[in-house]
Amino acid sequence: MSEKLSIDWIRCDAHGLCAELFPERISLDEWGYPIVDGNEVTPQLRVHAARAVAQCPRLALRLERAAA
Amino acid sequence: MTTATSPHATTLPRLLMGLDAHDGLRSLRRHLDYHGELPVRAEPGRPDQSLLDEVRASGLGGRGGAMFPASRKVDAVLSQRGRPVVVINAAEGEPPSRKDHVLLRGAPHLIIDGAVVCAALVGAREATIALEDSSRREYRALEEALYERAALHRNDDPEIRLQTVPDGFVVGEERALINALNGGPGKPTHAPPRPFEKGFGGAPTLVQNAETAAQLALIARYGAGWFRSLGTDEEPGSALVTLTGAVTRPGVYEIPIGASLQDLLVAADGLSAPVQAYLIGGYIGTWIGARDAEDLVLSNAALRPFGAALGARAIVALPESACGVAETARVARYMADQSAGQCGPCVLGLDAIAGGMERLARGDGGQLAHIHRWLGLVAGRGECRHPDGAAKLIASALTVFEDEIALHVRERKCTGDGTPVLPIPNVCRTGRRT
Repeated sequence: MSEKLSIDWIRCDAHGLCAELFPERISLDEWGYPIVDGNEVTPQLRVHAARAVAQCPRLALRLERAAA
Repeated sequence: MTTATSPHATTLPRLLMGLDAHDGLRSLRRHLDYHGELPVRAEPGRPDQSLLDEVRASGLGGRGGAMFPASRKVDAVLSQRGRPVVVINAAEGEPPSRKDHVLLRGAPHLIIDGAVVCAALVGAREATIALEDSSRREYRALEEALYERAALHRNDDPEIRLQTVPDGFVVGEERALINALNGGPGKPTHAPPRPFEKGFGGAPTLVQNAETAAQLALIARYGAGWFRSLGTDEEPGSALVTLTGAVTRPGVYEIPIGASLQDLLVAADGLSAPVQAYLIGGYIGTWIGARDAEDLVLSNAALRPFGAALGARAIVALPESACGVAETARVARYMADQSAGQCGPCVLGLDAIAGGMERLARGDGGQLAHIHRWLGLVAGRGECRHPDGAAKLIASALTVFEDEIALHVRERKCTGDGTPVLPIPNVCRTGRRT
């Protein structure tokens, strides 16, 4: 089952941990907010993604089942 | 379902019928003279299936701007458990749009009928009509209409309430409106839940725009076939348009969807000055150059190749004497100020873009690359579509006013006559991000 990252933009406060922990899919814009590349999170990357989700101090990052 | 025969079978006006006279259809008697009795009653807990079939067959798209099928919103609410409620969105916060204001003032009974129809569709016990604080005349018109109905012992059945919300561009967004009605700030909330799941008072909520409600009030009377006798197959019916700028008679007009822009201009007695471009779809809309607009057809299908959409159908004719760059810079600043202040890319991005546009309008060509980059950084990166809408408008300005921008850069100054055309409400800045 494929999964995708989603951001709760109201919660996100540009702490930037997600980009540190999951650079494979997340970079930061010039204001420090995450830019998620739209590619799916492959099973190999899932551990990194889950760590980024868990470490977000604002609980703004989620890993969601991608719509088929 | 039995339907009455419309006194004006397939002609226009429909929604604006009788509104040319002083006081329009504010009295119940005049409303009934023109439109007849509403053949629908809301029964709490018992959604009216045949009415829903009629609405589905009509193909009515939401007139707030998204054109989302009205029947599918009903379906979504009916799929939920719990007693549904109805909210009529009459918070028309788009500065160049006045269509809902005109309707509320001139035909309050039609809006109330629409609220009754919405309640019947989902079997709701109550319906709330939400207006902006500043809509005092509209509030009074609705209030008087409700008094008149109560005094004549007309049993509208669902309880119809009026509630005001703070003014603002974003408060008209569905989730922001519900948030405000629930006592919160008029700002969007994270979805899910969406209003159809958990809306006003936590109930599954059917939210329909005021003009959509008025259309429903007519569909309930005259049926889907009548409704579809105007408009296109894909986008049936009539729609209200607010036409302003360099036209002889600015105002709210009713058009069949698919009408030509030229026909609309003729209805407004033509242009009052040479026009360089048209803003189609208000401040989340698109600029279209005058030459491209010559054969323009007003339907989403026809506008799609221009990257444009009807939206809430605010159209502004920009005279050649005005400066499209400076006008867009003013709107960009307004849209930045109207950000709900919740999502970083919207707050910082729109502010940066507005600043860039202001400098560009003064002839600083070095801003162009920055503005293009920032535009790419705001779209799709917010909880609502406010940044996307603003970015779309500004991106279209960079294309349509390309020659004018080059002239600004060459002359290192603004080349317009400085007279503002696009309306910007006189409001203080909304909350910054805390």
